[in-house]
Amino acid sequence: MNLFLNIVFIIAIVGMAIAMGIASYRIIRGPTLHDKIVALDAFGVMLMATIGIFSVLLDTSYLIVVIMLIGMLGAVGTIAMAKFLEKGWVIDIDRDSDE
Amino acid sequence: MSSIIAILVLSGVFFSIIAAIGVVRLPDMYSRLHAASISSTLGVSSVLLGVFLYFWYFNNNFEMTLLLAIVLIFVIAPTGAHMLARSAFHSDVEPYKLTILNELRRDEIGHEELREEDKQRAEERKKEKELEE
Repeated sequence: MNLFLNIVFIIAIVGMAIAMGIASYRIIRGPTLHDKIVALDAFGVMLMATIGIFSVLLDTSYLIVVIMLIGMLGAVGTIAMAKFLEKGWVIDIDRDSDE
Repeated sequence: MSSIIAILVLSGVFFSIIAAIGVVRLPDMYSRLHAASISSTLGVSSVLLGVFLYFWYFNNNFEMTLLLAIVLIFVIAPTGAHMLARSAFHSDVEPYKLTILNELRRDEIGHEELREEDKQRAEERKKEKELEE
């Protein structure tokens, strides 16, 4: 890695930290629960980018699997919370009902 | 090559910061959702594309997992945003008070009822203004 890219990636990881810090304000005090989940979704997606930059800075490719894992878990968590807040349950037992 | 990587990564970080500011500053839940889902998807996928080009060009390994993660973000982030918006509408999260037209509510309860509701809301807003003055 040359010096230019090193500086660029350090600036990038500082910027991602600033963005995650700003978003965590809305996680802690959103007026409704939906606001918190929106901010938590954005936080998880930003965490994927941060781990990508971090794996470049550490010069390893083992952390790339973690990016996939966080993406899948965050998406499943968001969808499960949305469905739970809408209906009161996550997995439909009676799929013919209108509720 | 390193300039392309730098442009991709820095623009992605810029879009992520814009998304975070939008999540904090916008007035109601629906506009916050729009800010979060659109710009964080674009920002994070361009950062991951930069990381992918870095590993391909400098370390000479073609990380298929990163491309898969980019495709995953593009498929799953709009789905999650759509489900969150529908869930918020059905559990009565209030839109911003200056919202002019609520088309989904109009389709559910009909034109005339919605017009009466709008009149009631306008009267309430007038009363609030009088109280403030």
